[in-house]
Amino acid sequence: MKNFRTLALALVTIVSFTACSDDDSATTPVNEEEVLTTITATFTPAAGGTPVILMSRDLDGDGPAAPVVTVTGSFAVGTDYNGAVTFLNETTTPATNTTLEIEEEGADHQLFFQQSGLGTFAYADEDANGHPIGLNFTYKAAAAPTAGNLTITLRHLPNKAGTNVAAGDITNAGGGTDAEVTFAVTVQ
Amino acid sequence: MRIYFTLLAVFLAGSRCAHAQSTLSGKVATTQNQPLDGAHIHIDNLHAMSLPDGSYSLPGISAGSHRVVISYIGYKSLDTVVDIYRNLILDATLKPESTQLQEVVLTETLQAKSTVHEQRLKAETIDKYSNASLGDALKEIAGVSSVKMGSTIVKPVINGLHSSRVPIISNNVRMEDQQWGTEHAPNLDINSAGRVTVIKGAGALQYGGDAVGGLVLVEPVTVLKDTLFGRTIVTADSNGRGGSITSSIHQGAEKGWAWNASGTFKYMGDRESPDYVLSNTGNREANFAGDIKYIGNSYNLTAYYSFYNATIGIAEATHTGSTSDLVRAINSHQPNVVRPFTYSIGAPRQEIMHHLAKINLNKKLDDNTTLAVQYAFQLNKREEYDLRRADLIDKPALDLTLATHSLNADWKQTNGNATLKAGASGLMQHNSASPDTGVRPLIPTYDRFDAGAYGIYSYAFSTTLTADAGIRYDFSHIEATKFYQVTRWENLGYTGVYDNFITQDFGTQYLTKPSFTYHNISASVGLRKELGNSLSLLGNASLAMRNPNAAELFSDGLNHTNATIELGNLGNKKEEAVKVSATLLKTGSVFSFEVTPYINRINNFIYLQPSEAEATIRGTFPVFRYKQTNALMAGLDLHADWNITNRFKYTFNGAYVYGQNTTEGLPLIDMPPLNITNTIRYTKTGWHNFFAELRSEAVFTQSRYPNYNFEANVLVNNELVPTLTDISTPPAGYHLLHFTTGMQFTLGKTVAAVNVLVNNIFNTAYRDYLNRQRLYTDEIGRNFQIQLKLNY
Repeated sequence: MKNFRTLALALVTIVSFTACSDDDSATTPVNEEEVLTTITATFTPAAGGTPVILMSRDLDGDGPAAPVVTVTGSFAVGTDYNGAVTFLNETTTPATNTTLEIEEEGADHQLFFQQSGLGTFAYADEDANGHPIGLNFTYKAAAAPTAGNLTITLRHLPNKAGTNVAAGDITNAGGGTDAEVTFAVTVQ
Repeated sequence: MRIYFTLLAVFLAGSRCAHAQSTLSGKVATTQNQPLDGAHIHIDNLHAMSLPDGSYSLPGISAGSHRVVISYIGYKSLDTVVDIYRNLILDATLKPESTQLQEVVLTETLQAKSTVHEQRLKAETIDKYSNASLGDALKEIAGVSSVKMGSTIVKPVINGLHSSRVPIISNNVRMEDQQWGTEHAPNLDINSAGRVTVIKGAGALQYGGDAVGGLVLVEPVTVLKDTLFGRTIVTADSNGRGGSITSSIHQGAEKGWAWNASGTFKYMGDRESPDYVLSNTGNREANFAGDIKYIGNSYNLTAYYSFYNATIGIAEATHTGSTSDLVRAINSHQPNVVRPFTYSIGAPRQEIMHHLAKINLNKKLDDNTTLAVQYAFQLNKREEYDLRRADLIDKPALDLTLATHSLNADWKQTNGNATLKAGASGLMQHNSASPDTGVRPLIPTYDRFDAGAYGIYSYAFSTTLTADAGIRYDFSHIEATKFYQVTRWENLGYTGVYDNFITQDFGTQYLTKPSFTYHNISASVGLRKELGNSLSLLGNASLAMRNPNAAELFSDGLNHTNATIELGNLGNKKEEAVKVSATLLKTGSVFSFEVTPYINRINNFIYLQPSEAEATIRGTFPVFRYKQTNALMAGLDLHADWNITNRFKYTFNGAYVYGQNTTEGLPLIDMPPLNITNTIRYTKTGWHNFFAELRSEAVFTQSRYPNYNFEANVLVNNELVPTLTDISTPPAGYHLLHFTTGMQFTLGKTVAAVNVLVNNIFNTAYRDYLNRQRLYTDEIGRNFQIQLKLNY
């Protein structure tokens, strides 16, 4: 019986120790490190001039408010642009610039520019394996005035070796979608 | 459970010829004439084990007077001396062991029988699923199906209901953590179960008043007096290319010290469907359970501890970042990630630890009265890892620590024809959702306090008629600490309604402390009538109330398995269910059956309903809200056994449930379709207890489902095209064949059984409506399993 009491006591002790857990943390808001709130694509004319800026901003992340999409100006017919895409997480203070992170993990990410008739896109950067990432690209606007949708997609863990994926075709890319934003643009 | 024992009947009958060595054979059954599978029969150094039909054969007995011991865990053993000079038949009837250990009932008393029909898994079935899970094993009971996430996370569904509607009671302790979604499987090792019982409906009030669907009772192995024995099961599987080993040692005693210890290891790699590898579906388990018990004259005291530790890979193909990913997955009919087989587990995965420690005292107050008091502590640690950017990959996306203290007192008195049970319980629970995950937690930090009391009165009017009635009251208070995005708070319509819950304004977020208090009444009445001819009729009516759980109240975020935003609602009320069921039972030696029709009317039934679409940077997502409706469920479970000859046995299981959302006139979502299982079994006792069993499992297409499909803008040929996202249509029905065979060998003091099993013989590719991964991957294909069981 004495043994038993010792054992029971030991058990109770273990139980009381494991029962302690801190929960002060519950009153700290979660730092949403992974959310992307803002995607900005800046198209600078190769010959110089005012850039065209495409931006989508969704300050509540996965919350109910819809992203605010803005496009400044329009593209000039037949013009060459140097493009760059940046990603921000503005739920944190200060805002986190995720662009560098994506670049560092270039082998796990790829951007796709989907449109028809707006012109031609070409990748201007590559990851450690020589595959494109798409944070930097070039764009040659269509030769005649037109308007349409440009969808910029960021895929996480795509199959970069898939057929035509390196050429910017998303069909065989697979992976998970981290961002997918559509902009209404005009070429004039 | 409450264990009584009596030695009832020993039938001795002579048999044919005389040998120098004789064979003792017969059948082992319970007092309810249920065959006992896996009973030990010992004569000197000879051993045998009974088969699922209770039959056994023990050859090679030298002529003379022998002590025969027939024992079964949880039952009082038969210990007698028999003169054996020729082949003999000894049929034994074992009574369940009791906490009132000294009681020996020799006269037939009029005692109230349970009006609640309990269905039990055979010992052989529990062993067969040694390398699987409780949810898989329970599917062998008619009316029980399973809701799954992949092939490893399996939860039992009783008459169409699961999770918080089906509490799982492990060793008299209600398992916490399994009450939430499909991805929260019961955290217990099936190998530590000595007995698994299913009670359909809310009739068992001593365990709670909220079992709208039913209860699963898992009890550990309890040991007979003065025996030390061990068991080991080694299982190897071809599909997943791994296996498991489980070992246990049991020391029993009539008085003094008794103990049990068991441990299990599992190691499995990627499972394979007929056409491809299901990448990242391996799993690991390392479990331990043990108890030590002191048995005194009028009391016994037990300390029990179990530890469940699992890492479960979730098919990578189920991760969707956006609706486009979901549409791609549904329309391609192929998982988007297929890699060569590997044992390694990446993300997504779950890492789960569950500690359960308890102390209980059973005290006999007088000849008719017992009191049981129990304190239990559970600590559940759940980490879910998702596919995230590389610097976050080692950080869980969900990190919950759930600590639960519970106290129970149960009192029972038998007074002639009447039995009165009464009890009280209390619970204190703290859930801590770590904010270090970088993801707003789906289930917030909260505290919960419960208290309940019940009384159940049973009365035997005659040897053939018993009635019982019970009532229970439950109090529950929950207080959560949760951040709401201000936009979400407004979107949910909480402004002006729940402002009193806001404790702090962080600009874009509110810190809130929502709290709710519930007072619930549950009740049951039951009747059991023996109709003669080994026919019994049981009827039950019950009222159950279930409080909305933390997910149904507080969910708020993106679910990556379905690419849906799931939203709880603070306005959700408790569910109230009235269930009426009947069971007609026949237990014959040739033909047995049970048929259970039921109707379950549930008011304020909580379910996920799609409402609108929400745009984010990732694309558009459908929003599913936890809504309430009135629901009606009606169905029929049928089980039959037919001993065609003494070698061939046929078993039938069938279940159908009709579920209707009566408020909206729509079928209920996720109702198991009609399923029928036919089994034919050949047994030849004389040939090392040889058996071979062919099982056909037919699951029909669910034609009754609500259409929750939605249109989403998906890129097709570089254009955004509104595309139908078919998340509703159930997959086609399927038919599978399974084969099992085995033999038993006696090696000195050890009884060894070797079983070989082939699951899904024809390697059929199929998907199951109740698998959350059905939109992404097929189920697993053919599996060869070899199992070695040693009893020593």
